[in-house]
Amino acid sequence: MALDSKIPKGPIADKWTNYKNKIDLVNPANKRNIDVIVVGTGLAGGSAAATLAELGYNVKAFCFQDSPRRAHSIAAQGGINAAKNYQGDGDSTYRLFYDTVKGGDYRSREANVYRLAEVSTNIIDQCVAQGVPFAREYGGLLDNRSFGGVLVSRTFYAAGQTGQQLLLGAYSAMNRQIGRGKIKMYNRHEMLDVVKVDGKARGIITRNLINGDIERHSAHAVVLGTGGYGNVFFLSTNAMGSNVTAAWKAHKRGAHFANPCYTQIHPTCIPVSGDHQSKLTLMSESLRNDGRIWVPKHKKDVEAIRNKTLKPTQLAEEDRDYYLERRYPAFGNLVPRDVASRAAKERSDAGFGVNATGEAVYLDFASAFMRYGKEQAHIKGLNENDDALVKKLGQEIVKAKYGNLFQMYEKIVDENPYETPMMIYPAVHYTMGGLWVDYNLMTNVPGLYAIGEANFSDHGANRLGASALMQGLADGYFVLPYTIGDYLADDIRTGPISTDSKEFEEVENEVRKNLDHLINNNGTHSVDYFHRKLGKIMWNKCGMARNAEDLKSAIIEISELRSEFWKDVRVPGTQNEFNEELAKAGRVADFLELGELFAKDALQREESAGGHFRDEYQTPEGEAVRKKEFQYVSAWEYKGEPKDAVLHKEELEYENIKVKERSYK
Amino acid sequence: MNLNLKIWRQKNASDKGKMVDYPISDVSPDMSFLEMLDVLNNELIEKGDEPVSFDHDCREGICGSCSLYINGEAHGPDRLITTCQLHMRTFKDGETIVIEPWRAKAFPVIKDLVVDRTAFDRIQHAGGFISVNTSGNTIDANSIPINKQDADDAFSAATCIGCGACVASCKNSSAMLFVGAKVSQFALLPQGKVEATDRVLNMVKQMDEEGFGNCTNTGACEVECPKGISLENIARMNREYLSASLKG
Repeated sequence: MALDSKIPKGPIADKWTNYKNKIDLVNPANKRNIDVIVVGTGLAGGSAAATLAELGYNVKAFCFQDSPRRAHSIAAQGGINAAKNYQGDGDSTYRLFYDTVKGGDYRSREANVYRLAEVSTNIIDQCVAQGVPFAREYGGLLDNRSFGGVLVSRTFYAAGQTGQQLLLGAYSAMNRQIGRGKIKMYNRHEMLDVVKVDGKARGIITRNLINGDIERHSAHAVVLGTGGYGNVFFLSTNAMGSNVTAAWKAHKRGAHFANPCYTQIHPTCIPVSGDHQSKLTLMSESLRNDGRIWVPKHKKDVEAIRNKTLKPTQLAEEDRDYYLERRYPAFGNLVPRDVASRAAKERSDAGFGVNATGEAVYLDFASAFMRYGKEQAHIKGLNENDDALVKKLGQEIVKAKYGNLFQMYEKIVDENPYETPMMIYPAVHYTMGGLWVDYNLMTNVPGLYAIGEANFSDHGANRLGASALMQGLADGYFVLPYTIGDYLADDIRTGPISTDSKEFEEVENEVRKNLDHLINNNGTHSVDYFHRKLGKIMWNKCGMARNAEDLKSAIIEISELRSEFWKDVRVPGTQNEFNEELAKAGRVADFLELGELFAKDALQREESAGGHFRDEYQTPEGEAVRKKEFQYVSAWEYKGEPKDAVLHKEELEYENIKVKERSYK
Repeated sequence: MNLNLKIWRQKNASDKGKMVDYPISDVSPDMSFLEMLDVLNNELIEKGDEPVSFDHDCREGICGSCSLYINGEAHGPDRLITTCQLHMRTFKDGETIVIEPWRAKAFPVIKDLVVDRTAFDRIQHAGGFISVNTSGNTIDANSIPINKQDADDAFSAATCIGCGACVASCKNSSAMLFVGAKVSQFALLPQGKVEATDRVLNMVKQMDEEGFGNCTNTGACEVECPKGISLENIARMNREYLSASLKG
């Protein structure tokens, strides 16, 4: 089957407007007869559910957490991009579009990205109208900060809790519709499969996580806003419950899975401290506005720091290697995430890592304290040459900007980052790959949509900071509500979809069979035992740098681990009760399949692009070598086992941006 | 470290429940509290016992899922953090640690340490929003300048994570800090003033219907709140409520 991306004709700046002018609409009376299922209540799912309900559709929304407010979008820290150009520093829709396509290493779809940049400004207006308390300047207007990979300040923020504030905004919009009865909310429900009737997505099967009830839910369309699959690595910055199950089940029902190997390893996370670790904690990229990244220049100093005979603050400036500033003078500490992560790995691999494991670099705020402090001393008419005073004043400013992050760091690491530089190391954070969707955000299964991190389309091979929040809300508030209407216009005479059909029964039976197997298996090891093993394979062989040999062995190891899991996993308790181990077992079973497809995709892509770095394809300086012949989206069709997946290619055309070497020097 | 855990076990909502002792050894001081429970659970599972159920998700102090009452304090002995951010270095080798669920009429136990906090959601359904539709045609964000102090105070109130520590810590199981935070966020912003009267009346009414108690100004909620939500928010809600009632 050929992939049709359904990109509208015409100049890029007019595509979205022309599209909206031509789509079919559903009249308000008919919307009342149409049901839509939205799975996931993060920024994408939450904003979509609220908007569809406002429009008049009957929405059923599902989340596995105990409240929609707990979706993992809540943890996003740094900010949200929008081409408002409030700073007058040269920003525009085109520039945001350009930065995003370049940042994605020319592996995203132009038309989708342009539309994203176009609606970005509406997001800020909408959120402010909803009462989202963004950071403001003294004059009362909105403040901005910079993020990696760009040369303007276009990021709106709310301290280090921007995701929380935006999600609570979407949650409040949902609450209004739940109160009106237009959204029926199902908390603590996990989607376990998609049901197709006559080839169209018409429902889902869920498990009630409180009592184990298996339920059938029908609708005229199904929207997945179920996030990314970073937890395939076990250790990541994702929430413990974040999983790929909804997307993977959709894949097994026919939806193509695109670019699974494009994973974002975020450069600034708190390093791993031991084998007990259950998750990793991000330190927002916004910290790179003010923090400078370095390691010692000389190995003897590295040794001394590791032995704790030397403190990092005692090391003279000339003995420090600010390696990002050295290698990338134009962007310095604000290079994109993939570049910053690889540079940290390069220094650590070369033996310059500053903690006991050798996998950590410094993020140092000392110069920011002095810079802000001098400014404050000047404003307040105090002595600018009193270093202690200046430092204290500067620390107060930094505290106002990032106080919650500094506190979080101190609680985890037990060191005060105001007094000693933070130690950071890259960690899995976001997945650019996901379900393949066309311009309408519909997968190749009619009536099945994927929005936010769950789809693949906007970030190419690398996502720029503060763009995930933008995409989630753009999809949910401003894109899907139009595109889904065009599809549902054909359903005004369909009437309610019955769940008493053989299609629902068959899928439900498969779900039950799967759960029966897991609960009755009585093996010897817990689910976590297998998940940790999978994570180790993924990190060591499909992590920040990959090569053909490792990927080939990863494919074999994952497939063996999967058989071992099905033979030997132990899930305690019963099906008909609150049973977190059973829920986890189902999720890990899907990660064990996705992991293999991930490695297969990484092996097939014989180039380096964005977050996908192959050892074999790099310049002598260690920069990524992208190849023209791989300028396509890899969309995988499910054929039974991950190894049998069939590749479909969507060629990427760049008509509005000249594809060139991606340089941040 | 070796520790003796005393954990509340309750099979389901109708079970009576009881405290059960679990000794645990070789705990690293660098573990988080929940990682320590992960270790316990993996031991229990591999022995063929039932693991202890507890709510948790982000494990970085922002989702509000985790909720344990540890040695008589919500989120344990440390301040301004959630249970998932609590580290074992806070405890001493050989210590006994008592772990219970949130106790409140409005938060019934689902299993072990997991409670039902949907009462909080229902209070939000009653008025925790500004009635503005998504259109893309709202006025430009910068056309409403907001005094920085008000914006910062609204933000501070909005940082509530809805964990329920305030209710668990209150001798009356009052939800005034939680509701006060949302009422305050919108009362401080010009966008929220339009519906301020209905909002406070509806949210307080729902709060009372859910079975939360009254506030008697003890202040335990503020002390135990992992986000440091201030008691001023309760005072602001009371003022809003009074003026709304007079209008009403």
